[in-house]
Amino acid sequence: MTGMLTAAVPGRHVQTREPRAVLSARGLRREFGGFVAVKDVNIDAYHAQIHALIGPNGAGKTTVFNLLTKFLEPTSGTIRLDGRDITRLSAARVARMGLVRSFQISATFPHLSVLDNVRVALQRPRGLGYQFWLSLSALDRLNERALELLESVGLQDERHKLAADLSYGRKRVLEIATTLALDPKVLLLDEPMAGMGQEDIARVASIIRNVAQDRAVLMVEHNLKVVADLCDRITVLQRGEVIATGDYVTVSENEQVKLAYMGTGYE
Amino acid sequence: MADLTLTQAEAHRATRLDVLLLLIAVVGLIAAPFFFYPIFLMKMLCFALFACAFNLLLGFTGLLSFGHAAFFGGAAYFTAHAVKEWGWTPEAGILLGLVGAGGMGLVMGFLAIRRQGIYFAMITLALAQMFFFFCLQAPFTKGEDGIQGVPRGYLFGLIDLNQPLNIYYFVLAVFLIGVFAIWRIVNSPFGMILKSIRENENRAISLGYSVQKYKLAAFVMSAALSGLAGALKALVFQFATLTDVSWQMSGEVILMTLLGGIGTMVGPIVGAGLVVTLQNYLATSPLPVTIVTGTIFMICVLIFRRGIVGEIQALLRRLS
Repeated sequence: MTGMLTAAVPGRHVQTREPRAVLSARGLRREFGGFVAVKDVNIDAYHAQIHALIGPNGAGKTTVFNLLTKFLEPTSGTIRLDGRDITRLSAARVARMGLVRSFQISATFPHLSVLDNVRVALQRPRGLGYQFWLSLSALDRLNERALELLESVGLQDERHKLAADLSYGRKRVLEIATTLALDPKVLLLDEPMAGMGQEDIARVASIIRNVAQDRAVLMVEHNLKVVADLCDRITVLQRGEVIATGDYVTVSENEQVKLAYMGTGYE
Repeated sequence: MADLTLTQAEAHRATRLDVLLLLIAVVGLIAAPFFFYPIFLMKMLCFALFACAFNLLLGFTGLLSFGHAAFFGGAAYFTAHAVKEWGWTPEAGILLGLVGAGGMGLVMGFLAIRRQGIYFAMITLALAQMFFFFCLQAPFTKGEDGIQGVPRGYLFGLIDLNQPLNIYYFVLAVFLIGVFAIWRIVNSPFGMILKSIRENENRAISLGYSVQKYKLAAFVMSAALSGLAGALKALVFQFATLTDVSWQMSGEVILMTLLGGIGTMVGPIVGAGLVVTLQNYLATSPLPVTIVTGTIFMICVLIFRRGIVGEIQALLRRLS
């Protein structure tokens, strides 16, 4: 599985010893009226690392995601992708540059087949967007790659089902396969395991670990066991502010974090 | 991979049945003027094309426009004026209607697609009403009278369109070309992206699609094809009036599309046929047209929410 995913992206194999920040935000701030939802957040996502964004409900995690992916305009601050300032670009534009997100509520195209869900993602990179005069069979040349992606997440046998007919966990997996079709530099996953059973969690964790070998992953996650097992770095957000960043041990020993989020008695 | 080719074969079998049904329908339409009044049939074809063009936007892109009368009626004015005042040939006049409606679609769409849902519908309605008052006041549209006595002329300077069968087959040919164009757009790589926008707009954005451009392109195509229908109607009835640009016309096309089945290829054609037939039949009966069509509409929305064709398709799927 790993071999296939990496083999499919030649040129991305250059291993740098020093972790390289692919996505970095500085002084990110967003106000809604008078309310400051996100306050001076600095965050970096490193190549080949999994970075978790955690924090209590309403801490502003999803808002940070929306800001980073340009679904919301930051009030102030800068966002850089591979050193390039993307602060004022559109959401579709940053997606084309390789900053791709998933959503908290599973985001598939429900009345398209599983295969078509992935093919839609492949269409634009392969230059098949505006051709209104071509027949649908023009999309058949995407099948091979689409099947490869579905196999990498174990969905190949369900490719003819409508996305709406998949179980919740399988929808999330489909969403990841769709996102991977863009071969993103940075993958932002908003609660990829929320509402999943133990078995699905293990599967998704292994998928995420695989895809992170070759790209930066930033994820919002509530399940602290998953975070501890999976993530290289953790940023804790509270009331829109970063209160700690570091590996799991550093963060979990931080007094402020214990107080604010995990409770003093946590493990 | 073997499994994949198998399903492609299945897809081809389904297409063969479709082709058979299509052939029967086309033969039926070719024979129809020998059994029915040609003007009535042509009216049906014009509205069916209009509804299909509207459905391209509502059914396949998920945008509810409440201003499509502007394109239908606007094109009727353009064609009528060009043919009557400038002496253009019918095909050139129709082309002007198509291009003119497409241009209007570009302007209206550019303004409307910035908003979603009910706001989108309201902006299209407001712009269409502005166009209605323009048509009421502008000298070339002849106000309340409309442009009357539009000559049908000679197609390519050769075929006399005043012969009922000639114009009927001309209208049928344009209708078939128009519906084919819509079918091609829907079943194309572009149509696939439109469907994905309809299904989940944010997801399409996050996959890097500039959804505004896609929506605008779909809006212009829908407007131009609605214009084609309006241009044909101006030639068939030989007039263009305020009725075709009024908001009731925008409502009527929504009714036809919903009745037949949103997002199906044949639905709008069936819906248009039904509404036009009812209007025709009720015009000579003591029953009030609007109340009857309104009642049917309500029954449909309450009981067959997928529309007539949508319900039949769902039934067939359940049986197979």
